[in-house]
Order: sequence, then C-alpha cells, then structure tokens
Amino acid sequence: MAMRFNINGTPLEVPDGHSLAAEALAHGIPTRRSVSGESRGPLCGMGVCFECRATVDGVAHQLACQTFAGIPAAPGASIATDLLIIGAGPAGLAAAAAASANGVSVTMADDNPTPGGQIWRGNNPPIANGVQFLPLTRVVDAPQPGELIATRTGAIVRLHYKRLLLATGARERFLPFPGWTLPHVLGAGGLQALVKAGLPIAKKRIVIAGTGPLLVAVAAYMRDHGASIVALCDQASASAQAKFLTQLPFSKWGQGISLARSLRGVRPRAGTWPVAAGLGSVAFNDGRTVSCDYLAVGYHLVPNTELAQLLGCATQNGFVVVNDRQQTTVADVYCAGEPTAIGGIDLAQAEGEIAGLAIAGAAAPRALLDRRDQFRRFAERLARVTELRPELRRLPQPETIICRCEDVTQSQLAGASGTRSEAAQGLPPMNNWRAAKLHTRCGMGPCQGRTCAPALEFLYGFAPPPPRPPIFPAPIATLEESLP
Amino acid sequence: MPLPDVIVVGAGIVGAACADACARRGLRVEVLDAHGIGGGATAAGMGHIVVMDDSEAQFALTRYSQQLWQALVRDLPRSVEYTASGTIWVADDDPTTAAEMDEVRRKHAYYAARGVATEILDPRGLAAAEPNLRAPLSGGLLVPGDAVVYPPCAARFLLERNAIKVTLAPPVTNLSSLRAGHVVNAAGAGAGALTPGLPIRPRKGHLVITDRYPGWLHHQLVELGYLKSAHSHDGDSVAFNAQPRATGQILIGSSRQFDAEHTTVDHALLARMLRRAALYMPALPSLSALRVWTGFRAATPDSLPLIGPWSENVLLATGHEGLGITTSLATGELIADHITATPSAIPPEPYLPHRFSNGHALQH
Ligand SMILES: Cc1cc2nc3c(=O)[nH]c(=O)nc-3n(C[C@H](O)[C@H](O)[C@H](O)COP(=O)(O)OP(=O)(O)OC[C@H]3O[C@@H](n4cnc5c(N)ncnc54)[C@H](O)[C@@H]3O)c2cc1C
Ligand SMILES: Cc1cc2nc3c(=O)[nH]c(=O)nc-3n(C[C@H](O)[C@H](O)[C@H](O)COP(=O)(O)OP(=O)(O)OC[C@H]3O[C@@H](n4cnc5c(N)ncnc54)[C@H](O)[C@@H]3O)c2cc1C
Repeated sequence: MAMRFNINGTPLEVPDGHSLAAEALAHGIPTRRSVSGESRGPLCGMGVCFECRATVDGVAHQLACQTFAGIPAAPGASIATDLLIIGAGPAGLAAAAAASANGVSVTMADDNPTPGGQIWRGNNPPIANGVQFLPLTRVVDAPQPGELIATRTGAIVRLHYKRLLLATGARERFLPFPGWTLPHVLGAGGLQALVKAGLPIAKKRIVIAGTGPLLVAVAAYMRDHGASIVALCDQASASAQAKFLTQLPFSKWGQGISLARSLRGVRPRAGTWPVAAGLGSVAFNDGRTVSCDYLAVGYHLVPNTELAQLLGCATQNGFVVVNDRQQTTVADVYCAGEPTAIGGIDLAQAEGEIAGLAIAGAAAPRALLDRRDQFRRFAERLARVTELRPELRRLPQPETIICRCEDVTQSQLAGASGTRSEAAQGLPPMNNWRAAKLHTRCGMGPCQGRTCAPALEFLYGFAPPPPRPPIFPAPIATLEESLP
Repeated sequence: MPLPDVIVVGAGIVGAACADACARRGLRVEVLDAHGIGGGATAAGMGHIVVMDDSEAQFALTRYSQQLWQALVRDLPRSVEYTASGTIWVADDDPTTAAEMDEVRRKHAYYAARGVATEILDPRGLAAAEPNLRAPLSGGLLVPGDAVVYPPCAARFLLERNAIKVTLAPPVTNLSSLRAGHVVNAAGAGAGALTPGLPIRPRKGHLVITDRYPGWLHHQLVELGYLKSAHSHDGDSVAFNAQPRATGQILIGSSRQFDAEHTTVDHALLARMLRRAALYMPALPSLSALRVWTGFRAATPDSLPLIGPWSENVLLATGHEGLGITTSLATGELIADHITATPSAIPPEPYLPHRFSNGHALQH
C-alpha cells in the first residue's frame, strides 16, 4: 500500500512505512528552499535539524522525516500516569520493563512511529506488557509541575505524571564546511535513519566521515544494504583509535567482530576528514578527492538535554546531573541514557533499568550498578577518542553557512572569530552566543540552535543557550491551550 | 587622554540613540554596558515604530521620533529590517464596545488635525487589507506612516556609524564614579538601581514568534482596546498585537504584568494572550510557534519617559515603557539638546524627570 502526498506542490507516492523525506530524497526532490535560495534536503533524519520541513498537503513547515505513509493521524488526548517516560530507546525501554515488572503503571512517549530509539530505529523492539506507548508524540513544553504538553500528528496531548523519566537520547554533532548544505550531504546517523525509512541505497557510492564509533556501525549497515563504501574516515588519529580499541570493554568485542566482518575490504582512514563537498564529490584534508552519491558525516553525538533544562534539572559540562539512582536535581524527575553520558547502548540500558527499579522502590542488584559504572568509564574514553582536533575549526570559509536555518555565514560571524570590520572597531566583539544570535540571526530558526549551537561551541567557545519554550516548534494552539 | 564629554550607561536602543545624537553634535562619547549591545528590553521588544495619541506629549514625542526614523531610512542597513508596514488599529464587533468605530473616527480626526494621514477602513476594506482577520469586524484605522524595525541591529547601527567606543564592563554601581562631562543613565529597567528614587516599575511582557509565513500578515495589527491594557496600573492584562517581520515571521503580543521578577514564561498569561489573539485571527493557532520570550518595560506613573537633567552632571533617558524603540531617536535629540543647551524641536518639559519631584509624588 502507498499514500499520496503533495510536497511543495509536487505529488509523490510514498510506500507504507516509508517517510516522505526518504522518498523525496530518493526522487531528488528538495524539501525546502533556504532563506538564501539554496535547495535543501534532510540532514539529521531524526526530526531535529528542520531542513526537511516542507509544505505537505498544503500545510507549511511539516517535518518530512516524521511524516510516514500508512500511519493514521491520532487525536488529541489527556493522559494521566504514575511513571511517564519520554524516549523509547534502549534506556526508556529498559526503564519501562523494570518499573512495570515491579507494579508501576507506565506510559512511554516517543516522537518516532515505533519504539527503538536511534539504534533500533525501524526494528520495532517489544515493549514490556502493560506499558502504554504513544508513538509520534513529541514533548514540546512543561507548563507546570506534573504536566507536559506534546504534539502528535498535529493534535495536542497533555501528559500528567507523578514521576518522570527523561530518556531523550542524543543527536549527531555537525560541523560546517564548504558544501555541507548540499542535498547529498547528510549526517551519518542521518543517512542511516533515512535508509531505515525507505531510502534505497543499493549500489550507491557512499563516503562516511566524521568521528566516533557510530561511523563504523553506519558503514556496516550501509554495506549490508548493498551500498558501496568508497571511504570511511575518522578525524581521530590512528594512535588514539588504537588505544581506544585496546581498552574496549569485553562485552563490546562481539559487536566489534561482527562490524569488522561486515566491513571486510573497506580500509578505514584515521586522521582524515572532509574539507569540502561539491556536487557528487568530496575533498579530504590529505588532498584526495573521491566521487560519491552521498556523503554521510557526523562528529559524534550531542545529548538531548533541552527538556531536562526546561524542567530546571541541573547540567554539568552539557550533561544532566544524576545521582546513583538516576535522579536529577528536580524532585521526581529521573534521567537515563545519553543525556547523562554518551556511552552507547549498554550504558543506556543499565541506566534505564536502574532508574526503573529506583522509581518502583526496588533495589538494584550490585552487578547492575557495577555494569553501569564500567560503561561510564567507557563513556569517558569514548569522549577522549572523539575529541575534535583544532584543525577542524578552520573548516568553514568566509562564505560557508554556519546557521542553516537562517543562512548565516562565517563572515557574518566574523566578530566571533576576532576579525572585525573597520566600522565595528569601537564595538565589543560578538563573543558569546546571545550577541551572535541578536546581531546575525544565528540560531533564530526552527531548529532552535540544535545544529549550529554545538558547532559554535566548538568553533568559538560559545556556551550554548538555555532552551526556551516550546523546545520544538509547535502549533500556537499548544501554548494557547496549555492551561485551562 | 581627555575625559569624554559624555558617558552613556546602557547600550540599548535609547543609550545608542543618545550616544549617536551627541556624537553627531561633535561631542566625545563613550558607552558602557554590562551585557552587550541591544541585549536588554531592546532585544525583547517588538520594534513597532508607532505614533500614539493617548496624550499630547506622547503624540509629540512619538511623531517627532517617527519622522526621525523616516529621515534615517536610506542610511539603514538591511539588518535593521525597516519595513513601512503601517499600523491598523482594529475595531472589534463586540456589541458592548459598539463605540469602537466612534473611537476610530475620533482617532482619525485627531491625527488629521496634527498632520498625520490615516485612513478609515470599513469591514470590507479591513478584510481586504488583512484576509486572515476574523470577518466581519467593524473596521479599523490604517496609519500608513508607522513601520517595523529589528531593534538590536538598529542599536548596533547607531553605535557603529560614528565608531562610538562601547565597553562591556561589570555593571556600573555608582554613576558618580564615572568621569565625564555628562553621564546619561540609559539603563532601561535597570535605571532605578543607578539613580535611586526614580518612579520606574519593571513591567513584564511576553512575545511569541512563528516560523516564516510570507504574505500571511501585512500590517502591524493592534486592537483598539490596546491602550486600556497599556494604561492599567494594576493586575495583568493582555491585548491583541500582531506584527509581520521582514522575514515573513509573525510576532505576537502582548501582555503586561507588574511585580513579576523572573524572566520565566507565565503559561497562564501566555495562554490568555494567545487566546485573545486567536479571537481576532482564527487561523493563528495552527501556525508553528518557534519560541516564546519575555522582557521588561520600564514603566512610569504617567506613561511618559524620563528625559533630561537629574542631578549635577547626570541626565536620565529611561522610562520608555512599551515605546522606547519608537521614541529612542527623539530621546537622543532631546538629551543632546540639553547637553549642548540647544532649543529642542518639541517642548521638552513634559518629559523632564523633575516633574515627579516637584508637586507629584516621587514614589508611585
Ligand atoms: C542518529 C543516531 C544513530 C545511531 N545509530 C547507532 C547505531 O547504528 N549503532 C549503535 O550502536 N549506536 C547508534 N547510536 C547510538 C545509540 O543511540 C546509543 O548508543 C543508545 O542506543 C542510546 O539510547 P538512549 O535510549 O539513551 O537514546 P535513543 O536511542 O536516542 O532514544 C531516545 C528517544 O527519545 C526520543 N525523544 C527525544 N526527545 C523527545 C521529545 N521531546 N519527545 C518525544 N520523544 C523524544 C528520540 O526520538 C529517541 O527515539 C546512534 C545515535 C544517533 C544519535
Ligand atoms: C514585550 C515588549 C514589547 C515591546 N514592543 C515595543 C514596540 O513595538 N515598539 C516600541 O517602540 N517599543 C516596544 N517595547 C519597548 C522597548 O523595547 C523599550 O522601551 C526599549 O527597548 C528600551 O530601551 P532602553 O535602551 O531604554 O533599555 P534596554 O534595551 O533595556 O537597555 C538598557 C541597557 O542598559 C544596560 N544596563 C542596565 N543596568 C546597567 C548597569 N548598572 N551597568 C551597565 N549597564 C547596565 C543593560 O545591559 C541594557 O543593555 C517593547 C518592550 C517589551 C518588553
């Protein structure tokens, strides 16, 4: 079965289960025209970059990556639950299982059509018995303690809870370089998400670059789906990678071996990164140029902490602060998985289970706590091997767009990098996020800085902004009806 | 180094306009700010340049300032987003306020008598001008000379064009520690902390900005009852106020709230404000909101700003409530007039800060 959508005036058949973004990309249909007139397509594949927003069936600014064929629109609702879990990735699923097995009534919301989070996207993993799952439900605001507001296929869902677990995962970090706004340049996880949503990839030549173990996972996935990996590059040096590999926790070896099998014949390059992308080609720092159909590039992950921050949970170095029981600094709000540390699926699951048990008032077994601590140490090593090298700060050229929503270029942000025009000599430098935003519109668009703020933090050292409601763009009605 | 002639405290739109006017008179000017250029109320405001008729003094100041903005248009860089969108004062069709069209006619006559061209819109004319307004409404008054700007970049432009030295420094705590011929307190809602005893109360407002919807809205729309909200001196109030940005975004206001200390969004008041807006524009709730923010207006008891000498070498330029973007340029001229002992284009007396120390109670 298929559904017919109209995207920016063009009719498009989308097979059931596929996303409109994947189908549009496959057909070479841009999702939007940027404010300076560039054709754009999806970047993140997971609903945070807002590059794929299009006019869908006459309604402006719809996320094509979250528009799926064969999924009926759900009505608005008001739901009350003991434990509300936001995010149905490994952390949320583990927490739901642990809490409900101990008699807690659980509702779990996720902005994807099926549970699974990033790693199990499209696999539709089982949910523990008795847990109510709300698909395509995106939390956008927290109007008062005990209540969250979410949007679901255009309708409003009010969520009332006694206890809350934030298992909102992470997104990719993107760094600007010349050509990164071209439609065939996507995130690494971004391209994977689109393939899972129906983008055909067989026989396509793909370059995978950036940093972190996600690149290897994505390369293996693409290969298994018939793509040809023409380059797999990590900015980390060979010695840093070797050190990381020798310290892998034992339980990661199995994963590593199966990835290596999938990637036989692909020679990963260390200390290599793309410096420019052209139509159908990529140039690397070592002077090589290769041609490709897709360039998938992501520089490790950024935790999704906006909801936690909106609720007032303390953060440190960008991560949500939790105690031994995964409790945040706000009463009755817990957090598990990538918002507390980027440590992969094992850490996410361990934290989720510990949180679920703590919420149910059950004791966590010693072995589980030890496992979490072991993978927290792994997270620290992961942070070290994915540390960005300073040369990457020189990637953007004066005309390179830094903020993709508002098309703010590096030269407009020049105050930030220390070079200023004659006229502005008397003025203080634009040396923080707020000044850059107010004077260039950087970060003012619908992604709310999710894409450019982590880049500006790396490029110029600007602390990212605290979130403002709504934490994702949402119909005005969600704010208007947020209270009786 | 010789002392500067003038130190302006505050790099908001008002401080920037004062510094600009003084620099254009040949004075050596420096500006101090604790948080950056245009980062206070100037970043939070709507940027509506509007002629107001609620008092003769308010009219004189807003009209004078609007003309100064119009004279500046050709010099403004694109970043200031000056757009001559005009204002429509919208009359509702509520039978209990049937007098709203009378008010439209009164306003029209008031402006005409003072040389401001306006046009009365009947229900059809109003619907044609703004198809997204609920129909039928009683009509409205179009003020074509009003405009919209982007205030932070306007402040930056005023400072940049004379290469004025702006220093970011920890908050000034004592004006008498500043060494200059004249010190201008243009610290916005923070002015009272520098000059104790000022009759200024911070008045919180909420705004909502949408994604880009080019062509959805053409004029700044304000409900005729707006002044009731602006003038109430107790309780929280909301009024319908919608602005087309140069980007195609819609900026929606407005709320007024005394005694709110924090910048956090008050969801109940926000909901009230948006329901009010939806009453006028029924399709508004379906538009995508990108962000909500709040800001503080510096309110005075008589709704007029404090512009002029205060003590020794200190002048005040604050208390602009919800009109400081509009009246910034006129404020700058009046301040420069005081400092250079030049006659002003409009009578400066109504804005003199000492109106509150002689006769009137200083504390409200
Ligand atoms: C794009 C991407 C691809 C990845 N691919 C792989 C891979 O192939 N292999 C691998 O080993 N690891 C992969 N990872 C890493 C993997 O996500 C982690 O190792 C781990 O699984 C994280 O689990 P989690 O439960 O903490 O978060 P996630 O799995 O990220 O789950 C969080 C969920 O919360 C949802 N969510 C967030 N905010 C809201 C909100 N406001 N309202 C509603 N829902 C919300 C998200 O959409 C997501 O479904 C990937 C990560 C990313 C970002
Ligand atoms: C919601 C809202 C909507 C509005 N809409 C409009 C509109 O449409 N049209 C209009 O004309 N006006 C509007 N206004 C009003 C307008 O924004 C203000 O009147 C105007 O910005 C005031 O400018 P300012 O320079 O006096 O104050 P600010 O912009 O607040 O500047 C004061 C500066 O002083 C600095 N400062 C304060 N204390 C100290 C100190 N001790 N030491 C050093 N620096 C200090 C601050 O950092 C700040 O930068 C609106 C206001 C709000 C809140």
